[in-house]
Amino acid sequence: MRRGWMAVAAATMVVLTACSSGGGSSSSAATAAADPAKVSGDITVLTNRTDQVTDGTLKKYADEFTKLYPNVKVKFEGITDYEGEVKIRMNTENYGDVLLIPQSLSVSRYPTFFSSLGDASDLSRTFDWTDYANVGGKVYGLANIGVATGLVYNKAVWQQAGITDWPTSQQAFIDDLKAVKARTQATPYYTNYHDGWPLRQWTDSVGVPSCDSKAKDALATTAEPWAAGKDLNAIDGLLYSAVHEKLTEDDPTTTNWENSKTLLGTGKVATMALGSWAIPQIQAAAKAAGQNPDDIGYMPFPQASSDGKLCSVVQPDYKYAVNTHSSHKEAARAWIDWFITKSGSAQAEEAISSVKGTALPSTLKPFEDKGVRMIPQAQEQSAVVSKIDKGAEIGLDTPDYRQKLVDIARGAAPGDRNSYFAELDKKWSESQKTVAG
Amino acid sequence: MTALQKDRGPGSPVAAGPDAPPDAAPPVRTPRGRGTRRYWWFTPWLYLLAPLVLLVTFTYLPIADMLGYSFTDWDGISPTHENVGAENYTDLFTRPELFKVFLVSGVYLVASFVQIAAALYFATVLSFKARFRNLFKGILFFPYLINGVAIGFVFLYFFQPGGTLDSLLQVVGLHGHHLWLGDPDLVNKSLAGVSVWRYTGLNMVLFLGAIQSIPPHLYEAAALDGANSWQRFRHIIAPSIKPIISLSVILAISGSLAVFEIPYVMTGGANGSETFVIQTVKLAFKFDKVGLASASAVVLLVLILIVTWIQRRLVPEERVELS
Repeated sequence: MRRGWMAVAAATMVVLTACSSGGGSSSSAATAAADPAKVSGDITVLTNRTDQVTDGTLKKYADEFTKLYPNVKVKFEGITDYEGEVKIRMNTENYGDVLLIPQSLSVSRYPTFFSSLGDASDLSRTFDWTDYANVGGKVYGLANIGVATGLVYNKAVWQQAGITDWPTSQQAFIDDLKAVKARTQATPYYTNYHDGWPLRQWTDSVGVPSCDSKAKDALATTAEPWAAGKDLNAIDGLLYSAVHEKLTEDDPTTTNWENSKTLLGTGKVATMALGSWAIPQIQAAAKAAGQNPDDIGYMPFPQASSDGKLCSVVQPDYKYAVNTHSSHKEAARAWIDWFITKSGSAQAEEAISSVKGTALPSTLKPFEDKGVRMIPQAQEQSAVVSKIDKGAEIGLDTPDYRQKLVDIARGAAPGDRNSYFAELDKKWSESQKTVAG
Repeated sequence: MTALQKDRGPGSPVAAGPDAPPDAAPPVRTPRGRGTRRYWWFTPWLYLLAPLVLLVTFTYLPIADMLGYSFTDWDGISPTHENVGAENYTDLFTRPELFKVFLVSGVYLVASFVQIAAALYFATVLSFKARFRNLFKGILFFPYLINGVAIGFVFLYFFQPGGTLDSLLQVVGLHGHHLWLGDPDLVNKSLAGVSVWRYTGLNMVLFLGAIQSIPPHLYEAAALDGANSWQRFRHIIAPSIKPIISLSVILAISGSLAVFEIPYVMTGGANGSETFVIQTVKLAFKFDKVGLASASAVVLLVLILIVTWIQRRLVPEERVELS
């Protein structure tokens, strides 16, 4: 009962602060302190890794941190629906001291909500991907880890189908999936249509088919991004073909992400398009099911650029930021710096560390060996691109338009590949005209 | 019963009413009961204070806010927003494809009539002597008590190819492999089926309550006249519970215009199962068009008010005299 009242009280507080908020943010920067002993305060860190909150991983990091900063206490708040919840909480002043920047927040808004972490020219010497959170030369968020784009696949199944090399063209990829279907029991490709967000992962590959780090920025000036030869045409076209050739699961509407990890781990599914962050999770699922985790491999998007090289975009995962309303900015900044550079969490998760010069994790070793070109993705126009995208109601960062693509490809919705691409192009160019003024 | 009525005496409620005989209405209000309590005009309002505060805080203020947002270009997160006048509304009405989703509501509307019929049937059967009738009442009402999200998850397994429903059909000899949620012709019917399963119990309980207010001697008289069950339903039960039936129909229509949680949890609006509310939520939270979404919420509100109004005109409320 008591907890019930506490919850009501907390909710009331939230409502009250929500009413009183609005503008008026202090603009002081969250700078690194020289002497750890002088930094003090209790800070709250919002995180999407509820699993690491429950299993104590984060607590261990916090204990390590406290050894160095004895006067700082770190508390974690795990949020399951991170994107949905934090964005709404950001209408108040109460959104933790350190938080992950919601993906859907456009970069130009960062200074409204977060404290600057320093000049881009300084920070970019130590950290990768600072330009993803750069507004007017100041950096507002630092990523802990980066993610390479590509496809997770079950090596054993692909070998069983007689395939030894990575496909280097879309046609080869579709042929390979056909071979998997013909020679094994596995579903060649799993869309994860129902959970939706795995479909969004394809968007991260913009820049891969053309091997152009500026391809995402180019969307701001491209009137027809789905025209032949453009990256989105290649990416969505590949998904369309796979579904259209019936190389995917029978009923996409009842897929299940948690279950799909086991399906891929045990070889019931051969391939899924996911960021490299997914490799350890699927290896763990394979291990839990009694299979060999080494069967899980990672391949780049199957389209070689004009010089015959396969490419992969490497981009940051969530970026850490300091709440501009925080009263312990120094402590918050100290936590971010320590977590990214000293905690070793990136290595523990076999992820690409954002600290410059760190070696690639072993899961991406094959990329290095086979000379896959790892390119960044320029972000100078991302605010404009996001504005066009939202104005057009397409949603490059939502699964909806790709769900419709899958529906069309499997014959559940009217239209075909060309008519749908034309429709998307039309929406895009109309919105682009409005945004351009 | 009689003792209570006696205790009240001829004094207070009746005598204070407008119909009281003139000699019983004293010039100065006499204190009620034993004369220790005073009567203030605002006493009833004190009792109403809590519900009124809740109603205003959680219904009318948000609606006022929503109306306000519907005239702005707010994106849901920016601290500032600009007034754009009726632009959102013109935007809405110049895009007929936004109203296409109401076709989906038609499926739910048809289903809700099935639901009312089923609820009436069960309520009638269970209000007479039937074996285990309390158990059946419980079983039928139970789905309404489960959280809608949980129902969504349960039915995801139920509808999976080769899942519970397919196995059940196989047991009764109907073989076949159906994509209950994947087939665009079936998806809305499947979802509407879930919603029928969920709400039949609620309708049934409403009807049961109404049926139980029918005096039993009417049935006895009907039985003496040799009326069969259908005639008893047609001429006694149905007319007696007419107001409740018409209330259920209003709820069914406004409910089918505003379907949300079951399709949202189960399909997220994919595969042509998008309803008006899902579309509104997407506009607000995926495309950051809170202004436009508020406008479409206002439109939905007005639509429901209009439908209810038309219905009240077509089926005017009438008092049912029993016995």
